Amino acid sequence: MGNISRKQFITLGAASAAVLGLAGCGGSSSSDGSSSSDTSSSSTDDRSGNVYWLNFKPELDETAQALAKTYMEKYPNVKVKVQTAASGTYEQTMTSEMDKTDAPTLFNIGTTAGVKEWGSSAMDLSGTDIEKALSTTDYTYKDSDGRLVCAGLCYETYGIVVNADLVEKAGHSVDDIKDFDSLKAVVEDIHKNAATLGFDAFAATDLDDASSWRVTGHLANLEYYYEEKDDGGWDATPATIKGTYLPNYKKIFDLAINNSAEDPTTLSTGGHDPATEFTSGKAAFFFTGSWDYATIAAAQKNTTMIPYYCGVSGEEKAGLNSGTENRLAINDAASDEDKKATMDFWLWLVTDPEASKEMVAQLGVLPYTDAAKGDNGYLNKAEELSKAGNYTMDWATNYQPNVDQYRKGLVSALNAYTADQSDANWDTFKTAFVDGWAQNYKTENA
Amino acid sequence: MKSKAIKQSSQIKSTRRFWWLFLLPVTAAFCIGFVWPFFQGIYLSFCKFKTISSAKFIGLSNYASAFADESFQHSFWYTALTAIVCLVLINVIAFAVAYALTQGIKGSNIFRTIFFAPNLIGGIVLGYIWSMIFDGILQQYGTSVVLETKYGFWGLIILMCWQQIGYMMIIYIAGIQAVPEDMIEAAKIDGATKAQTLFKVVIPNVMPSITICTFLSLTNGFKLFDQNLALTDGLPYEQLADGSTINTTEMMALNIYNTFYSGTGASRGVAQAKAVIFFILVAAMGLAQLSYTRKREVQQ
Repeated sequence: MGNISRKQFITLGAASAAVLGLAGCGGSSSSDGSSSSDTSSSSTDDRSGNVYWLNFKPELDETAQALAKTYMEKYPNVKVKVQTAASGTYEQTMTSEMDKTDAPTLFNIGTTAGVKEWGSSAMDLSGTDIEKALSTTDYTYKDSDGRLVCAGLCYETYGIVVNADLVEKAGHSVDDIKDFDSLKAVVEDIHKNAATLGFDAFAATDLDDASSWRVTGHLANLEYYYEEKDDGGWDATPATIKGTYLPNYKKIFDLAINNSAEDPTTLSTGGHDPATEFTSGKAAFFFTGSWDYATIAAAQKNTTMIPYYCGVSGEEKAGLNSGTENRLAINDAASDEDKKATMDFWLWLVTDPEASKEMVAQLGVLPYTDAAKGDNGYLNKAEELSKAGNYTMDWATNYQPNVDQYRKGLVSALNAYTADQSDANWDTFKTAFVDGWAQNYKTENA
Repeated sequence: MKSKAIKQSSQIKSTRRFWWLFLLPVTAAFCIGFVWPFFQGIYLSFCKFKTISSAKFIGLSNYASAFADESFQHSFWYTALTAIVCLVLINVIAFAVAYALTQGIKGSNIFRTIFFAPNLIGGIVLGYIWSMIFDGILQQYGTSVVLETKYGFWGLIILMCWQQIGYMMIIYIAGIQAVPEDMIEAAKIDGATKAQTLFKVVIPNVMPSITICTFLSLTNGFKLFDQNLALTDGLPYEQLADGSTINTTEMMALNIYNTFYSGTGASRGVAQAKAVIFFILVAAMGLAQLSYTRKREVQQ
């Protein structure tokens, strides 16, 4: 009596499969939704086409999705899709997405290596509305034929963030810090009195994956920048570097690891959460950048950023490290309609008062003449220093060849050095830094 | 009676007529998911390419580069060592645990569940958690799991044993329970000791399970990627004077992955060639091992 016949079983099975299938189809997560019923906000502009933006910056995803929706409501005939690659997987996602028939129309070319790889797929932006809208060409790249293949969406700056209040409490002033010697004096004094002050000088310089880039990517920039300055500028990754300023790098690295609450031998394990150390007022100095301004300003009211002082002559005139890995490019293989739609969308993002206000709130600054102005303290400091005639240290670190492997080599050497600060270990680091560059250049350009 | 006969014959008829329709979904999935990418991969291993559609045929030079690559050679020996050690430790301990849990001890079922539970945790998560555990211990001695190769090696062995013993134990339990009762009784009557029963009666009868478990341990050991990436990611690197590094705890799968994403010139073709070599190696070893242990199975 309780047995069901074969026919009943098949009917039941098919019905449940159909229901499950429909349930799965309902509710999509991407933003290629339909236009809203509010037609009063639609423009009379008859824009049409497809825009597919493969976004590089995970922090921008929420804003980008919302702005895409707003744009589609304004221009119902334009379809905008925004997809964000997970952190550290942009290269992999680009490789697979560019192979498809509906490839991204708007993508990111962040470094000169990216120009070599994807520059031929990018449209030449010279003479277009985008080029005219830029406030500076500092954040653009040209390929070897002189084509303007990408333009910066935003830029960022990094250096040493200083908690001015804590420095005052220790009996010094941030204005006293003009070069490496003055920095060293203040830092060592704070570290010596850490017990009585209740805070230490530098936050932990961790070497785990979460933090190692602060020293293998950003701090290393000072070495590459000064070498680049000696060479008169790099417009492509040089095959070899000399490591002339490694003694300067060592000065500031040693200062950071030896004047902090954490024992240097524990840095290879990491996990000390230096960001929280700084925001909770337990450390006065921290290697980070303008992207952290909002988080830091919410906890510590009076912070500022100083350059990487490392004992180079003339560094009183040093500025902050400004540059970007966020540069947009338009896919040359897309149809003319889609290319125009993409360029119009890009222009709207950076010049429309409402849209650019939301973008700048998330990104800090947009290097476009008509973009809204932001209130990021560190970026404003960068602007202030360049106006005062200080030299901006550009992101020579973007030229690192075969970035992931090269930086892992540096981390491995620094792990050994922090465990035992011997000359032999520093020599291994020098080999990883200089010869590793040459070797990785060869691998990347084989 | 008659209606049942009619139903059966209609079943046979429809199966005979539409067998290809029933096989279609599975065959399609197999072709799309395995056969096509597999042969495309073999083709690409003879090419230089940036994206799949821009492949240029260049012959055997990728294979020459792959064999000449020192890091690939190192990762092969390191992987072989890890796989063999894992294989021996996992299977011996799993068999011992399975034997203990088939002696009718109270609470055997709970123990079996507890031993199996670690197998349910994914590789990446396991790698990160164990690296925290190892670092917590090693920090007391001023070192860390990424500072010395031996810590990375034994750390990975411990992790794999912890994860895999439960799985193999389940297979061995099934194998041990399938040993014919009368054989064991006959051995007892003949006056065999516990040890003699174990080695002369139980193990030969459990040979099919040993075949399967050895095959799984060997191939899993060679193909290991998640745990390797999460535990040490190839660190520590031995820095050579010419700037290249030997990634001392990098296994073959991680080596192939790193090669693929090291630049866009020749590396992708070389990585594909390495992947084909890797496949041939694992397949050959697996088949050799299967034929060896199959010969020693006892027919019941």
